[in-house]
Amino acid sequence: MAQTFTAHAVFLDRVWTHWKEYLFLVPGMLIFGTFIIYPMLASQYYSLLQWTGFDSNQVFIGFDNYVALLGDSFFWDAFLRSFVFTAITVPAQLLISLIIAIVLNDRLLRLSALFRTLIFLPVVTPVAVIGIVMAIMLSPFNGPVNIALLDAGFVTRALDFLGDPNLVLPTLAAIYVWKWTGVTMVYWLAALQTVPRELFEAARLDGVRGWQVAVFIILPMIMPFAIVITLISAISALNVFPLIQAMTQGGPFFASEVMEVFIFRTAFAPGGGAVPQLGYASAAGVFFGVAIMVLTILQIVATRHLRSVERSRAV
Amino acid sequence: MRSDAVEKDRGGLPALSPRVKRMLVSIVLAALCAIWVYPLIWMLFASLRPNAMIFADEGLIPSQPTLENYARAWTEANMGSYFFNTLFVTVGSVILVTIATAMMGYVLGRSSFPGRAALFGLLVFTLFVPQGYTIIPIFELLSSLGLGQSLLGVMLATTAGSFVIFVLLFAGYFSQMPDELEEAARMDGVGFVKTFWFVMLPLSKPIIVTVIVMQTLYAWNDFLLPLVITLANPSIRTLSVGVYAFKGENFIDWGGMMAASAITIIPVVILFLLLQRYFIDGLAGAVKG
Repeated sequence: MAQTFTAHAVFLDRVWTHWKEYLFLVPGMLIFGTFIIYPMLASQYYSLLQWTGFDSNQVFIGFDNYVALLGDSFFWDAFLRSFVFTAITVPAQLLISLIIAIVLNDRLLRLSALFRTLIFLPVVTPVAVIGIVMAIMLSPFNGPVNIALLDAGFVTRALDFLGDPNLVLPTLAAIYVWKWTGVTMVYWLAALQTVPRELFEAARLDGVRGWQVAVFIILPMIMPFAIVITLISAISALNVFPLIQAMTQGGPFFASEVMEVFIFRTAFAPGGGAVPQLGYASAAGVFFGVAIMVLTILQIVATRHLRSVERSRAV
Repeated sequence: MRSDAVEKDRGGLPALSPRVKRMLVSIVLAALCAIWVYPLIWMLFASLRPNAMIFADEGLIPSQPTLENYARAWTEANMGSYFFNTLFVTVGSVILVTIATAMMGYVLGRSSFPGRAALFGLLVFTLFVPQGYTIIPIFELLSSLGLGQSLLGVMLATTAGSFVIFVLLFAGYFSQMPDELEEAARMDGVGFVKTFWFVMLPLSKPIIVTVIVMQTLYAWNDFLLPLVITLANPSIRTLSVGVYAFKGENFIDWGGMMAASAITIIPVVILFLLLQRYFIDGLAGAVKG
């Protein structure tokens, strides 16, 4: 009894000596608690409710929403699409931006700052603007892309990039890569700055040339960054809502409806006179969030495992 | 013999001097960049055309340039007031989030207070929560606080966007600073708060710039949250929601739409041009930690 009492006292004493640190945490904790932790917990509660609109009653229905989700093909299609979209865009974006970054990292390349800025421009362009401009660019009626494709003889008649259910997802993926390659390029450039210049010199003297420099010198050096950059890109690709909402709203015929578009439609804009289903949408959000977390943890465990295998080999 | 082998390795091409090679690379890059930004250049020129001429076949440069689209977009389509709405949300959230994450990152990076490991774990755990997961409770919460249809609500909720990444950036950066700095300050009788404000914070300039640029990009581009909050109150729309609504409401006014789009892009482009050097250096310094 006395022992636990002293333990408590020691603990409280330690807490007390750090009171200024805790004070420093307050502003951050307000934001973190209110807009990140609380919504996570609340979503889990909402997912157990039948709740048709913010003004209507909440009825507790247990796990019925989840059971309904499991049998909802719209949900599964959207769920799958989100991951397919990520699987297409992330590798493409990482590779393209890495190549551009390696080329632009050459100090003697004049205009490299200009090229960097131009590649970055789509990043600062809001998706609503991209939605409008790209609709014009890709228009099947005399859009510049179709004119170019027809002139070059790649197609015999204009393609309806955003109106054809088979083309819409690849098209959106391409636009997504175009929009975000610039930011990944900046991450790579930052990583490349940490590679010492002398290393390139030494490699050159040893007769290492061209792509070999990239594969044998640069890549091993920036591997730790590569993991972080891949993670950030993968997380961003799962949050693709703005681009798709601005361009197709999930259409045509739900062909581009990814998870967040499904959630938004179910919760805020059901259309066709249907009622909003906030509980159901929350359940979809929770399911999706947990799936991402599980995948992330698996990824981290896998990287750790690979690293420890490498280390034991090195020993 | 050896040089022969090298020649063969290169597929028989004559070796190019580095200067010629750089010029070729530049030409290829210039062509790539021209295609890359073509949609945006097209938009810029289209915004200077009278409406009847937008899709006229006269090449890229407008023959009768005019600014009337801008005047119409700024006043009739309310892009002027949306511009200031966005500015409020962006500047407000940048200030709040920079201060809050710097303080939190400082404590997490430099001090070993009880509960530090748990807090770290919680932060990393939430890193991967998609926005679709939190939007309903955030809207409900803001509504119950009376902020469900207000710009202040949008601004406050926008601070959470990349909050965790920023905290981790600051924590990583502060943790690799030498201990001597703090000790010297303590010897001189400088308190905890003053050490942070006058010694540590000025040293973390690269991270501050990185956070400012990233949060500005986030706030300026953010779409789901402002869309949901302004559904019932069009007067507080931000630019990106405004342009989106413009498309729905005045879908034949292409000139106005292009001008509205240009208004939305130009400020962030200027900001990036001014800060890009610091931004890249800051990121490099940040990920090193």
